[in-house]
Amino acid sequence: MPAERLLPTTEAHDLVALVREIARDELAPRAAEHEEQERFPREVFRLLGRSGLLGLPYPERFGGGEQPYEVYLQVLEEIASAWMSVAVGLSVHVMSSYGLATFGTPEQRERWLPEVLEGQLLGGYALSESHAGSDAAALSTRAVRDGDDYVVTGTKAWITHGGVADFYALMARTSEDRSRGISCFLADGRTPGITAAPPERKMGLTGSTTTQLVFEGARVPAERLIGAEGDGLKIALSALDSGRLGIAACAVGLAQAALDEAVAYAKQRTQFGRSIIDFQGLEFLLADMAAAVGSARATYLDAARRRDRGLPFRREASIAKLVATDAAMRVTTDAVQVLGGAGYTRDFPVERYMREAKVLQIFEGTNQIQRLVIGRELRR
Amino acid sequence: MNIVVLVKQVPDTWSERKLTDADHTLDRDSADAVLDEINERAVEEALLIKEAQGGEVTVITMGPDRATDAIRKALSMGADKAVHLSDPALHGSCAVQTAKVLATLVGTVEGAELVIAGNESTDGRAGAVPAMIAEILGWAQLTQVRKLEVDGTTVRAERETDTGIANLEASLPAVVSVNEKINEPRYPSFKGIMAAKKKPVSTLTIADAGIDASEVGLANATTTVLEAAPKPPRTAGQRVEDDGTGGTKVAEFLVGQKLI
Repeated sequence: MPAERLLPTTEAHDLVALVREIARDELAPRAAEHEEQERFPREVFRLLGRSGLLGLPYPERFGGGEQPYEVYLQVLEEIASAWMSVAVGLSVHVMSSYGLATFGTPEQRERWLPEVLEGQLLGGYALSESHAGSDAAALSTRAVRDGDDYVVTGTKAWITHGGVADFYALMARTSEDRSRGISCFLADGRTPGITAAPPERKMGLTGSTTTQLVFEGARVPAERLIGAEGDGLKIALSALDSGRLGIAACAVGLAQAALDEAVAYAKQRTQFGRSIIDFQGLEFLLADMAAAVGSARATYLDAARRRDRGLPFRREASIAKLVATDAAMRVTTDAVQVLGGAGYTRDFPVERYMREAKVLQIFEGTNQIQRLVIGRELRR
Repeated sequence: MNIVVLVKQVPDTWSERKLTDADHTLDRDSADAVLDEINERAVEEALLIKEAQGGEVTVITMGPDRATDAIRKALSMGADKAVHLSDPALHGSCAVQTAKVLATLVGTVEGAELVIAGNESTDGRAGAVPAMIAEILGWAQLTQVRKLEVDGTTVRAERETDTGIANLEASLPAVVSVNEKINEPRYPSFKGIMAAKKKPVSTLTIADAGIDASEVGLANATTTVLEAAPKPPRTAGQRVEDDGTGGTKVAEFLVGQKLI
């Protein structure tokens, strides 16, 4: 059952209808095969770009859709229900565009934003390093000014779209100051000296390429510095607040897909002469799954509406990320339980959903970091 | 060249479709309503001709108020404007009445020389309306078309039916109905969705269109549905264990069903 959505406008309604059509006809039929073969579907992102889905929350005059987060996130949720790797990729692309769209100069936005938002270019987000995950300020990749360029040296880790992205939102150290010594760049993916290591062999999201990204004296033009020198960590954390809402929406889409699969199976599977959904033990399990999906959706939408009204939403974004991703883990695990032995095989998608759910509790700030953010906001 | 595309909002073929018990007309509340898929191909073909040769694409539909959703879909794909005939009096109109009404509406579109429609709707499935419209307008008819070419005032088409393929040629004005092989329709883009909001849609009643109420509607229809039954539920099927005779058993089953 597709979720019934309360959308603010006719165009939002038509947009969700379009996304459902693309999800049903173009994404869902290809997902299992790409995931199994660990193939990145670059052509799917081109389709999303042509359809205007890669720049939804950004200004129309730069080629974006100028949609509130309330709408953009529900689009993301629909895509996640059909193909998680693509939804996460879309969320990462939107987050990678955030620095340029929000902190770029008018000239920088005129020059690069249209092709980023219209989807000719795909983005990656290069913040983490192997020793700087939750402790992002510990990053050590350096950018040293040399004439009109910055020369970048270091190794980034866990880069979604590593090696396939056309540009990276890159955080690199421009001075020794721990948090104010980090700067943000819009690095061209073809820059000589940037290479991607072989893809990580992940537990899930195998259709999405994740690599280390190695910078060996890569010359990034100074005109690609976003914001002032030293603004990088502020930009990165601000992007993450919005990115967490994206991950929360992806989590709800995945959980909804698992719930739908479990309900459909429980209706048609018979044991002891009746459908297994008629056993209260399973009925209550399914009801709890539905409650988890519904409450997680309400939580991210509340945070999105705060953001759309210009209110602070850092705490709400962390709550949404925590609640939705924990819900996705539980719901996908229970979906495997509902399908029993069948659920444990690769003939059904729920074991994949369960593997995909796990990373949601880890990336864009582990759920322990989310609690830290929430706690810090409480202490203010 | 100005092209008219006839579109229809139908119950989604992905959902369960029903007729009402009262008068055996379509139960519009029982299923999601969508632009008929074959109409998306008709719109696509019109857009391809317009993109190559210029002109304007006008979408015409007859249907209740909520058919505006189907119109918006066609406009968001790239059609320029629309005419929507909506009137309670049209409820239950038959194929002949529908063809007369649509022919009248085609006449209101300035400079229209080519009408493109789907070969048959997924709900009514009469498959006769485009030919009837051509007859009423006195235009050439090229139906069941899988390939279309417009060259000046000449229309060439490949018509595909169960009996084979025929190459047709006619002079404009003409009515063309397309089958599902004609093209792959484009997806609208979000830009197209935003643009569609600003495109002109003229909503008419039958009085606005100069149509007399006595010519339309269930009471005046030329055909009557006497009885309707839902399709029987799917049966469990038959399981064949392959103990070496599996192939023979499958063949016997197919022969039994008169499939081979």
